[in-house]
Amino acid sequence: MNKWLHSWAAPMVFYDRAGRLLLPLWMLAVVLTGIGVVWGLFLAPADYLQGDAFRIIYVHVPSAWMAMFVYMFMASAALVALVWRVKLAEVLARESAPIGAVFTALALATGSLWGKPMWGTWWVWDARLTSVLLLLFLYLGFIGLQSAIDDRRLAARAGAVLALVGVVNIPIIHYSVVWWNTLHQGASVSRLDAPAIDPSMLWPLLLVAAGFTSYFGALLLLRARLEILAREAGRRWVAERLQVAEQ
Amino acid sequence: MRQAALGVLRRELLLALRRRSDYAQPLLFLALVVTLFPLALGADPAMLQAAGPGILWVTAALATLLSLEGMFRDDHASGLLEQLLLSPHPASLLVGMKIFGHWLATGLPIVLFAPLFALLLNLPAAGFGVLMLSLLLGTPVLTLVGAIGAALTLGLPRGGLLIALLVLPLYVPVLIFGAGAVAGAVAGLPVAGQLYVLGAELSAALVLAPVATAAALRVTTS
Repeated sequence: MNKWLHSWAAPMVFYDRAGRLLLPLWMLAVVLTGIGVVWGLFLAPADYLQGDAFRIIYVHVPSAWMAMFVYMFMASAALVALVWRVKLAEVLARESAPIGAVFTALALATGSLWGKPMWGTWWVWDARLTSVLLLLFLYLGFIGLQSAIDDRRLAARAGAVLALVGVVNIPIIHYSVVWWNTLHQGASVSRLDAPAIDPSMLWPLLLVAAGFTSYFGALLLLRARLEILAREAGRRWVAERLQVAEQ
Repeated sequence: MRQAALGVLRRELLLALRRRSDYAQPLLFLALVVTLFPLALGADPAMLQAAGPGILWVTAALATLLSLEGMFRDDHASGLLEQLLLSPHPASLLVGMKIFGHWLATGLPIVLFAPLFALLLNLPAAGFGVLMLSLLLGTPVLTLVGAIGAALTLGLPRGGLLIALLVLPLYVPVLIFGAGAVAGAVAGLPVAGQLYVLGAELSAALVLAPVATAAALRVTTS
């Protein structure tokens, strides 16, 4: 098992295996998100309080989950890159940041659209909104640092320190609706007791979340493959692969 | 080890003393920005009093930010930083002493002069004690967290703007509780809770920030 895991770290091996995983992941992403969205937007019952306006939850909540999940993924990859100097982990941390930033922006935008009919305002300076906005800035700072340092390996290690420092924000986001009783509604799915959401609404939510995760996986592998090609340019295996692709 | 740590601190303070005008700049910046607010917002005393705690804390954070870029720059250019990292003593301790010296030269003056700026913003004298105490607990956090950003952007062209992007999001918890404490004190509310949180943030930053800064310096000086 350990040996099998280690074999992934070689750029060439990763490039080939990730290439084989791409198609299944894309299909999974399209099918799961498709079913979840259709189910959530058309088939699930309307909320007794919020009517049909609540249906944006099927985009908002999964993207907010992804915003945090991608950051934790990025920080874990950063830790591996910093401690064990694994090149592949550097690539994964670097390439997951823009995807996470987009998910965070999507969560903020959909939340804002949801807030207008429900709260009567696009934005409030509530603890959860503010901490998610900070998460977006953390992503952008990480991306900015990556692009400011030309040496990729140096950039990866500097970014890793920054990503790990930023981890303090994640528990604040997660517990902000518990610690501060604000306009944002409390957690309804990830609770220790049964979820406070009806199964007919929960299932499409989980499907979309799984679809988004597959999408993240597919996009990350795609980006990581390109980054590896750029890093390893000039190696013989790269030339071989590209020649095969050209023919 | 103690000798090395004290040596770093003494050198830092000596440099600050010899180049007083460099280190006075953040304070002057603070004074100027505080002056701009009444001119832009209008000089209504009640409004200034309401906005005062927030203005003071934001300008204190910006003044700290401004001082960060020079924190490691000269020592990096002269090679001293590499010697610190190569020394047998823990790098986090030596870097921590450097940060402490930097705070004594840039942060402490802000704490001491804060009542003067508070007067300009029409804050009642009753809030001065809490203002100084909150700044005393909060500005070291700003310097400690800022040191990580300064270390990460060391040697980069146009690093100054990038520091702001990296560090300002991390300043938010300090700003919330610092300005909250002062506003509460001005309104006559109990503020022990906010001050405790600031103290907790300071403890966490004291333990973690020197380690992260030393790690970042090892990356950017390599």
